[in-house]
Amino acid sequence: MARITLDDLAHSYLPSPASEADYALRPLNLEWADGEAYALLGPSGCGKSTLLNIISGLLTPSRGRILFGDKDVTHAPTAERNIAQVFQFPVVYDTMTVRENLAFPLKNRGMDRAYVAQRVQTVAGMIGMEAELDRRAQGLTADAKQKISLGRGMVREDVNALLFDEPLTVIDPHMKWRLRTQLKSLHHEFRHTMIYVTHDQTEALTFADKVVVMHEGQVVQIGTPQELFERPAHTFVGYFIGSPGMNLVPARVEGAVAHLDPAEGGAQVPLGRGYGAPEGRVAIGVRPEFARLSATEGLPVSIERVEDVGRHRIVRATLSGTPISIVAPEGQPLGADMTRVVFDPAQINVYRDDWRLEGERIAGEAA
Amino acid sequence: MDKTVNQRAWFLVLPVLALVAFSAVIPLMTVVNYSVQDTFGQNEFFWAGLEWFEELLDSDRMWEALRRQAMFSAIVLAIEVPLGVIVALNMPKKGVWSSVCLVLMSLPLLIPWNVVGTIWQIFGRVDIGLLGATMESLGIDYNYTQDVTSAWATVIVMDVWHWTSLVALLAYAGLRSIPDAYYQAARIDQASRWKVFRYIELPKMRGVLMIAILLRFMDSFMIYTEPFVVTGGGPGNATTFLSIDLVKMALGQFDLGPAAAFSLMYFLVILLISWVFYTVMTNLDKAEGPK
Repeated sequence: MARITLDDLAHSYLPSPASEADYALRPLNLEWADGEAYALLGPSGCGKSTLLNIISGLLTPSRGRILFGDKDVTHAPTAERNIAQVFQFPVVYDTMTVRENLAFPLKNRGMDRAYVAQRVQTVAGMIGMEAELDRRAQGLTADAKQKISLGRGMVREDVNALLFDEPLTVIDPHMKWRLRTQLKSLHHEFRHTMIYVTHDQTEALTFADKVVVMHEGQVVQIGTPQELFERPAHTFVGYFIGSPGMNLVPARVEGAVAHLDPAEGGAQVPLGRGYGAPEGRVAIGVRPEFARLSATEGLPVSIERVEDVGRHRIVRATLSGTPISIVAPEGQPLGADMTRVVFDPAQINVYRDDWRLEGERIAGEAA
Repeated sequence: MDKTVNQRAWFLVLPVLALVAFSAVIPLMTVVNYSVQDTFGQNEFFWAGLEWFEELLDSDRMWEALRRQAMFSAIVLAIEVPLGVIVALNMPKKGVWSSVCLVLMSLPLLIPWNVVGTIWQIFGRVDIGLLGATMESLGIDYNYTQDVTSAWATVIVMDVWHWTSLVALLAYAGLRSIPDAYYQAARIDQASRWKVFRYIELPKMRGVLMIAILLRFMDSFMIYTEPFVVTGGGPGNATTFLSIDLVKMALGQFDLGPAAAFSLMYFLVILLISWVFYTVMTNLDKAEGPK
């Protein structure tokens, strides 16, 4: 196992990329700590699979280096890197039995027969397929096949990292949950470095210690699920994580106060922190969970509709000409007079040109 | 409510029955009819019973032709199937060159049989043919009109030239259906080239190869035009395959009775071998499946 370092790495599928848009993966520096579970989250086409294939050596990056520990493996073939990768569609060798499938990577590396047998038995235990070892892999269910692919990765003890490329896409919903839980407990037990690519935020947030959010070929934020939720570093993170996504309202910020569009009434929002006077495209962002409706205080909104989603209700409203969402807890009465919204000042983020600004604590106020 | 019984719907089957009768059943029964009769011309026929069949089973001529035919099919299959797979494996997977390859590969399949025969007949001539003359000048003893080995070699190479493309194209289609992830997984598992072929490519190609083998067997077993144009069945009877022999018998000698018996036997042999092929292969498929 090893720490994985990406040093000024970038990739383009074009032979001579000219502009930033030509890069599937824009220049980035990143370090993956040994033994952690990461999720690589982003919409389709954001470059996450490209990044994964570069790490596993299926792709050679257009520029930059990739290090396993202190060893430069940028041009090393996949086999040398000792990587295991599980693909979106389960890959099993149909004509082999489950046992032969699991033994395949070890046999190819010329391991001792007794060792292979013992190792296969152990891994079959890990993925819970001891009973099916002598069955042919053809005709197994998708999730059993996916477990075999996973097992083929873990059968090598010296594997540097386990990479997952949207591995649960073709799995039934109820099996998804079980497999994910299994993966997580395997990670706790064996401490492999795991990198899990997905476009499903629930998968990412439940699986990983740290989530890497990608957008248009660049990493926009790396953080714990809580950080991503409370302090999205980029408006995309705010929009992509959470359901519904973060409310973004254009505003002019002066010190610790945001002034909304004067044409729409020019209401003022206290921010709790000081931001000076940022130039450019400025907006304030608040999670729907940190907004509440009120009859007496806050900003006037016009309410469009209320959606009951079971555990809570989502109120769709318009504030200063911008559509926003508010999460109203179950049981809270929503009277006709509740036409004002209050934002929790501690949970308001300020964005300039889509990137979050770090506010300064105002003297005399508690954090 | 009582249902009125009305069987007139059966009349709707009539057109199909008529079509099948005129296109298959009646011609086939005509052959059966001839096979149990004898004639001395003038459209006069006499009942012969199973005489022709008995004669056929005793005749060396038929067994010799069958032996030659079986050998020809076996050799042709043994060359064309592996060669076709090798060609398919080495064809470019995408880009302009894959299209160029596909077009070039299909060219031999588009040439009519007797044209193929004529091409090779001229190509192999010792006096003016490129192949024949080259062999001659190299001092290799090659003459398909006089030498049995030369004749066989010419007929086999000609068939390989004509039909390997079919196997290659089918195998190529099978290969193209394999997702990239399989190859990537194999790289991660450090599988050798041979193992990639054995455990990924071959299993995925099995279905199309089955069809290719069956088609090539049937076609090669029924071959007529090309060897007839090139060697005319000679030298001697060395390349007289079943069809050539049958035509000689039916049209050359006008022995309608024996020729009809021969045809039926020929038909049954092809049917039988194809059925055995098919059964063995589908059973193989099942055996490879879930246990």
